[in-house]
Amino acid sequence: MIVAINGEKVSFMDPITIASFLDSKSIQPDSVVVEHNKIIVPSEDYQTTWLNHQDNLEILRFVGGG
Amino acid sequence: MKPNNDPFEVGGKTLSSRLFIGTGKYSSDRMIPEVCKSTGSNVITVALRRVDFNAITDNVMQHIPSHMQLMPNTSGARDAHEAVRIARLARATGCGNWIKIEVITDNKYLLPDGYQTAKATEILTNDGFAVFPYINPDLYVARDLVNAGAVAIMPLGAPIGTNRGLRTEEMIHILIEDIDLPIIVDAGLGKPSHACQAMEAGADACLVNTAIATSENPVLMGKAFADAIQAGRNSFLAGKAPTSQWAAASSPLTGFLREGSS
Repeated sequence: MIVAINGEKVSFMDPITIASFLDSKSIQPDSVVVEHNKIIVPSEDYQTTWLNHQDNLEILRFVGGG
Repeated sequence: MKPNNDPFEVGGKTLSSRLFIGTGKYSSDRMIPEVCKSTGSNVITVALRRVDFNAITDNVMQHIPSHMQLMPNTSGARDAHEAVRIARLARATGCGNWIKIEVITDNKYLLPDGYQTAKATEILTNDGFAVFPYINPDLYVARDLVNAGAVAIMPLGAPIGTNRGLRTEEMIHILIEDIDLPIIVDAGLGKPSHACQAMEAGADACLVNTAIATSENPVLMGKAFADAIQAGRNSFLAGKAPTSQWAAASSPLTGFLREGSS
C-alpha cells in the first residue's frame, strides 16, 4: 500500500490508522491537524481512520509566523 | 473619524493592548513568553505548515501563554481556495475562529492579492470566521472587504520583513478616514516610532513581528513597541495641536525687563 503523506509517497506493508502512523513518528496527536483525502479528520477519529492505497494524507501543525 | 474605542474591541473580543505580535524569526522560541509579558499583548500570530518527519523541532505552541488570542495566518496560500483550506485546517486545531488572510503569489515583494483576499474573506465570513485580511492599503479593496464581512482591515506599512516603516502612510490615512472597521497596520514597521506614527494617525492597532523578533533584545524591543503604541494612541485621542508656518511665542510677549527702563 502506498500513501502520499505530506507530499511524499510512503509504503506500508500492513494496514495502519492515522493514530498508529502518528505514534510511529512520535507525534502527539493533539499537536497536529490532519486532512485525509482533503477532508479534515477530527482527532477523535484518528484511531478509527484507516489509510488505503493511494490515499492522500496531510499532517500539519502551527509554526512561528507573522 | 471613528469614535473612541478604548479598550479595543475587535472580532468579538475586548483587548487591553493594541499591539499584536508574531511568533516568526525568533532565535529561540523560548523568548516568546517573555515577549508576551513585556509587550502586554493579547494577540499572537502563527502559521500552519506540514510536519517535517525528518526534523521534528520544538513545538511553538508550547511557548504561547494560554491567555493569548491566537491569530493563525494563511501564509503560503496562492489563491482564495488555498486560503480557505488553510483557515479551516487552522480552526480544526481548536484555536478559535480568528484568521488572518494572506494570499500572496509575488515572491519578491510579498504583496497581497486583493481580489483573492476578498473572495476568501467572503467564504470564510459565511463559514463563521472572524476574518482579518492583510492587504495593500487600497480603498476599493478595503470596501470590498467591508462588504465581504471582514472584522478589521490589515494594510501593510511596507513589504513584509523590510522594517522600512510607514511607507504607505497617505493611503492608510484614507482607510482610517473612510473605512468603518478597525485598521490594524501590519508589516514593515521597523521601529517603535513607526508604530507610534501609525497610531497617531488614527490606526486602531499594529501587528509587529520581524522588528521585535530580530532585534538584539526582543523582550526590551517588545516593550518599546508597546510603549510607542500607547503613546501614539494617547496622542490620537488627545487631538493634535494646530501647526503654523510662523513662530508663535509660548511665553508672554509683555513684561520684559527692558520695558520702561531708560
